[in-house]
Order: sequence, then C-alpha cells, then structure tokens
Amino acid sequence: MTVVIDRVSKQEPAERQAPVSAAARVRRKSGGGGLYAPRTPIYPKLVHGKWRTIKWALLIVMLGIYYITPWLRWERPGALPDQAVLVDFEGARFYFFGIQLWPQEVHFITGLLVISALGLFLVTALFGRLWCGYACPQTVWTDLFIYVERGFEGDRNARMRLDASPWTFNKVWRKTGKHLTWLAIGFATGGAWIFYFHDAPTLIRQYWVGEAPATAYIFSLLLTATTYVFAGHMREQVCTYMCPWPRIQGAMLDHHSLQVTYRYDRGEPRGPHKKGAGWEGRGDCIDCNACVTACPMGIDIRNGPQLECINCALCIDACDEIMKRVGRPAALIAYDTDSAVAERQRGNTPRYKLLRPRTVYYAVALVMVSSLMVWGLLNRTPLDMHVLRDRNPTFVRLHDGAVRNGYTLKIANRGFEPTPVEVRFTGVKDARVRTPGQPADDVLRVTLEPNAVTAVRVFVTAQPEALAASSLPAAFEVKGSGRTVQAKTTFLSGAANAP
Amino acid sequence: MSERERDDHSGVETTGHEWDGIKELDNPLPRWWLWVFWGTVIWATIYWVLMPAWPGITGYTKGLRGASDRAAVAQELAKLDTVRGAQGAQLKSVSLQQIEQDPDLQAFALQVGQSVFGDNCATCHGAGGQGAKGYPNLRDDVWLYGGSLDEIHETIRVGIRSGHSQARGETVMPAFGRDQMLPADQIRDLTEYVVALSGRKADRAAVDRARQTFLDQCSSCHGAGGQGDPTKGAPDLTDAEWLYGSDRDSIYEQIWNGRNGVMPTWEARFSPETLKALAVYIHANAGGGEDEDVGAGAGQGK
Repeated sequence: MTVVIDRVSKQEPAERQAPVSAAARVRRKSGGGGLYAPRTPIYPKLVHGKWRTIKWALLIVMLGIYYITPWLRWERPGALPDQAVLVDFEGARFYFFGIQLWPQEVHFITGLLVISALGLFLVTALFGRLWCGYACPQTVWTDLFIYVERGFEGDRNARMRLDASPWTFNKVWRKTGKHLTWLAIGFATGGAWIFYFHDAPTLIRQYWVGEAPATAYIFSLLLTATTYVFAGHMREQVCTYMCPWPRIQGAMLDHHSLQVTYRYDRGEPRGPHKKGAGWEGRGDCIDCNACVTACPMGIDIRNGPQLECINCALCIDACDEIMKRVGRPAALIAYDTDSAVAERQRGNTPRYKLLRPRTVYYAVALVMVSSLMVWGLLNRTPLDMHVLRDRNPTFVRLHDGAVRNGYTLKIANRGFEPTPVEVRFTGVKDARVRTPGQPADDVLRVTLEPNAVTAVRVFVTAQPEALAASSLPAAFEVKGSGRTVQAKTTFLSGAANAP
Repeated sequence: MSERERDDHSGVETTGHEWDGIKELDNPLPRWWLWVFWGTVIWATIYWVLMPAWPGITGYTKGLRGASDRAAVAQELAKLDTVRGAQGAQLKSVSLQQIEQDPDLQAFALQVGQSVFGDNCATCHGAGGQGAKGYPNLRDDVWLYGGSLDEIHETIRVGIRSGHSQARGETVMPAFGRDQMLPADQIRDLTEYVVALSGRKADRAAVDRARQTFLDQCSSCHGAGGQGDPTKGAPDLTDAEWLYGSDRDSIYEQIWNGRNGVMPTWEARFSPETLKALAVYIHANAGGGEDEDVGAGAGQGK
C-alpha cells in the first residue's frame, strides 16, 4: 500500500525577509543565470542539546579509534609484525588481532564490505541517514574543523563580521591560526593513515629522518591535502556534489523511515510571535530561523526532506532551545516519519512501522551474510592446496612401462609453526609418490614452512594394469595439524598403456 | 531571446529540455568545478614542458626531464644483469649437486635452463623435452649415456658423435641389412628375438634360430641378455622404451639400417654456468632424483 503524503494543506511559505537558507540565497543571487555559481559561505551557529552532546561524544570515540588503533600491539610468533591491525602489503598479509588473512582470502574482505553495505541499508531504512549525520568521516572531520574555526573566529555572527571586515592584524592572525591548525589536523590524519600499513613505532622514527618508504610520504601528504580541502573548504559540497550515497539512499528510505523532520502539522501556519500573545489559530513555528542558522548544510529543514540534509539533528537542538524559551513543547523538529506527520495533519494517530518488507529483507540478508562470514572464519583451515599438473608432456612412460605424471603442489600453511604433513595420492591403485631427493613411497612426508606457501614437486608413478582409462579422476590429500585437505586432479596416461 | 521557462517550485530557469514531463533545471555549475578544470589545464601545460608529449614529423618533444621509457627499461635490464651476474658467478663456482640442493640457486638455474632449453634443445627434443621418434625423451628414466647430473652435464658438453674429441657414441650400430652383413631372413629372426627380449609374444622357432646370431652380432654392445650398456650408449632392449619404435617393422628397419643418433657439442656455444643450469633443468624435469635414474645398463642388475 502506498501512503500518500498530504502536503496540500501545508501553507506555502510567503515572501519572507532574509535570512533564508544558503541554497535559497545562491539561487536568488544568481537569478538562475550565470554559468558558474560561487559557493555561498555557510556559518553554522553552535547549538547545545542532546544531539550535539551525542555528536561530540561520537566524534571523540571515532577519532580516538582512528588514531589509537595502529598503536595497539598484539604478540605474534617469530619475525611476524606485532601490530594488532596491519595491512602488510610487502608481506601480503592482513592482520586483525588474532585473525590473519592471506590475499587468497580476499572474500572475507568482500564479505565485510557486503555486511557493511547491508547494515547501512537496514539502518537507513529504519532511521534515515544515521551514517551521514554521525559517522561519516566527512561529517566528523568537518565538525572538528568548524570547532577549530569557532575557536579562532568566534561563532556565526562573529565569523560573518570578520569575513566582511577589512584585513587587519586581528583578522590575519585569526585566519592564519585557523588554517595552520587545520593543516596540522590534516597532517595528523594523513600521518595516522600510513601507520595502518607499516609498523607504527618503526615508521614514525623513519618518517622524521627521511627513511620511510616513498608511499608513506605521498599518502600522508595526499591525505593531509584532502582532509584540509574537504573538511576546511569543500564541506557540504562533498555531500551534495561528490558523494553518491545521498542519491542511493532514496531507494532505501520510505515514508516510515525515521528522519529529521519538521512537524509542519504542529508548526504551521508559522509566523513571528510576540511575547504574551496567544497561540490559538497559529503554528508553533515562530520563524526564528534558528534551525537554518544551525544547519551545516545551509538548508531549511522546514522545506521537507532534501537531498542535502545529512540528518545531523543539530536543527533539533536549535529548535528545542527556542521552544523551551517561548514555552512551547519541544520536538517541533524531531526524528519522525513522513507518514506520521501526514497522519497527524489529517487528525489521525500516527502508526510507526519498524517491521516492513524492506527492513525484513535487509535484516535477513544481513543475518545470512554475517553467519556465513562467521562460519567461514571459524572453519578456516590452516592448510590449503592447489595442484598444478604438468602439461608438456602430460605423462611420461618409464623403462618398465609404468606411467608417471608430474605435479606441483602449492600447499599454503597459514599456521605460525613448521608443519609436518603427509601427502597421499588417491584415485589410481597402488600409485607411488615421490619428490626429488626422496625414494618413492605410498606416502610423501614434507615439512611445510610456517606462514608461507610451499611448492612441492611430486611425481606419481602407476603401473599400466592400474590404468583402466587414459584419464582417471584422482586427488591429492594432505594431512597435518589435525586437518585433511583435498585437491582434485587427473591422472593421464593417453595411449601409453596400449600394447 | 524569449523569456525562458521558470520552474515554479525552485524558481530556477529550465533548459527547455523535457523527458516524460521531467524538466531539466538550468542550475549553474559550482565554481570549484571550474577551478578543477583550470587545474587540469595547468597540469597538462607543465606536463608538456617536462615530459615527452607532442608528436612531430621526425620526432617528438622530449621534455625537460629527459624521461624515456626506453632508457628506463635499459636501466632495469642493466640492474637485472648485475643480479644475474652474481648468481651466474655462483653457478660457476659450485658443483652441480650443490646447485640442486640450494633452493634459490636451483630456482635460478631452472629459469636459465628453461630458456636455454627452449632456444636450443626443443627443436629436436620438444618443448617439454618429451622427445620424438629418434630423439630421446628427456623426461623419463631411460638414459643411453646415464641419467645422473654429471652424466647429463657431460653429454651436453661433448655431444654425441659430434666431432668433439671426447664425444659420446664412438661405437655405432652397424647397418646389418644395408651393408649386407646379414641376410634378410636372419634379420627377420633377430627381430622376433628382440621382440621376445622385451617380454612380448614372439615366434618361438624364429627366436631359437636367432639366438646364436644375437650372441655373435649384438651381445658385444647390448649384452648377452640385451640389457644394453650406457658406456657405449647401447640401449636396453628389454625395457618398454624404444627410441626408433617398438613394432616389428620399426625394429627390423633399425637392424637393417642401423641408425645412429647425433647431438652437437654445446661446449663452445654455452658458458660453463649455462651448461650447468641446463643440466640441472633437464635432471629436474626427468624426476630430479637418483633412485629412478635407471640407465640403459642399470637393468643388468635386475
């Protein structure tokens, strides 16, 4: 069933006085003409309240995780790195605490990405753009940069005055200080990034004496630049012009998704309110523009759900402050659903539906992929084998008429200890296996190097009587560390066993 | 120009383009987009000055940095040569067995051996070394002149009937028929005898008739039991390997014409380290061990 949102009875905003949203200002300024529009600066005003506090807390936690993680240690045997989380390109390994992944196991990374995507879908369908509002690096770093800006230049009005003022010493040092601090944060960001790819304590020493790999310098400086440009200068433009997610999320959201919503059923008709005047026949919105000035995206939330809105909830805090001051109930702007607001507008009691086909689909898919991942991780074998047959020649006939096939076994030992294993060949009766330097036997005993792929050259010899067909399905079996792994292959004899 | 249509909701002019009732707004492009464009223009200009860029009639603009892919490749190759030089020198100084026991050195020798084999040996012995009629299979365990590392190395070095002073194969298989040493019926009987030697069914009467002929004519090289002799390069006649074919016609033809294989000496062509690498490569392909290296004469012990 489709819910039809009733926006007809919502009063169209009449011609109003400035300030309006930044987006509206740029349209007005350019008059719809001109090929290029300069960015209209946005001066978000600091708000206080529940959501702002949550956002500060999350900012500290997430930046903490980002900066501290590479410095966590995790004992590993031998010469293996002791860094808890490390993407080791040179050694071709990914370390995550007790988990160590090889490049061949990239499907676990894929699985993780699929889980992240499904998690994002589910959360968006339920609660809107939580990711954009609270967790996206663009949001977090922009928040941090605005905090710095506020420290040097003051809040919204002070910043606007400063920008409009001539270049005095006061303006110069404030601007210089702000940009230097931004660059320092950017450098710390880029600097922390490279620690995920090398041993952090070693790299930080090498970095300052000029001995670090070139990639470390390139990436740290590249991320310094992107952090400085994106969080300092681009800000909301990254979300509205560059990021695909605001477009994609339209497919996840529906009328029952919780979003930062202006409750027009309660707010309209809006208008200035004199102290002491009554509230009959009018809405609670006093058109104070607190929500607009607080918005880091430069939009007016009262225009309904918009592409630009990252659901950061700062307008909720801004509005709640005002509502408290004028003595009206809070939550004129709140997490609510389109459908609920429309229902209330019609005079009905709104119904909230968390359980909807799409949320169920996303949840089921999420549980399935997660279980698959956990199952896969728990059943990871420390051994893995690939068989390469000799192709030229496919077989060799020996002096006594026996037929020999050559194979190269690539046996991966993911354990940290040298592992003795037994290699057997099945599928051909009485076949004998040997590796150069060892006598032929039913079983081949090899010791696998720790944390590496050992290539084992194997010759399998079979008597003509055992070769019922020119191609026999066969398999290698490797037993060790209490596990057995198999790899299928064939034993070819062509016409060698013909009389 | 007439007044352009303005979208009611946003107040922005439209481009006039319409798809299924959806009209395209003519919003201005953000200014930073323009900066990015100018940035790429500046980048390209600097690139043209510094790097090879524009084609001309007889050449191209070289750029101030003097960058050249060709020179870079030459540099890489020179670097490779120094690496190879070190490993090549090592190949020269150590024994064949030591090469085989050192995994790094062996891997290097196998690489060298493979490319040398492909360029020089594959023409006759096949790319995989599996041989062909008249050209020995180098993958199996049958070796006319011995299959140990040292024997293989020596055979490559001096060749077979190559004109080298130490060349292998000073004894030759006579052309019993062509040179009229034996009449055709005796050669037919000998053929039956040889078939019987390899454990196959043969005409018993013919075998009995040929017994004395074999002892007189063949056993000096092939041995009384037909087990062959690797010092002479005389093949084992009792095994399953037949260089010139195993059927009666092929055997008859070989006794009649007495073909003798020839292989050039490679001593003059290859450096000592290349020779070693080739020997290690061939030995590894054939199984790489000593236990299965049954020479033509090894069957004598059985």
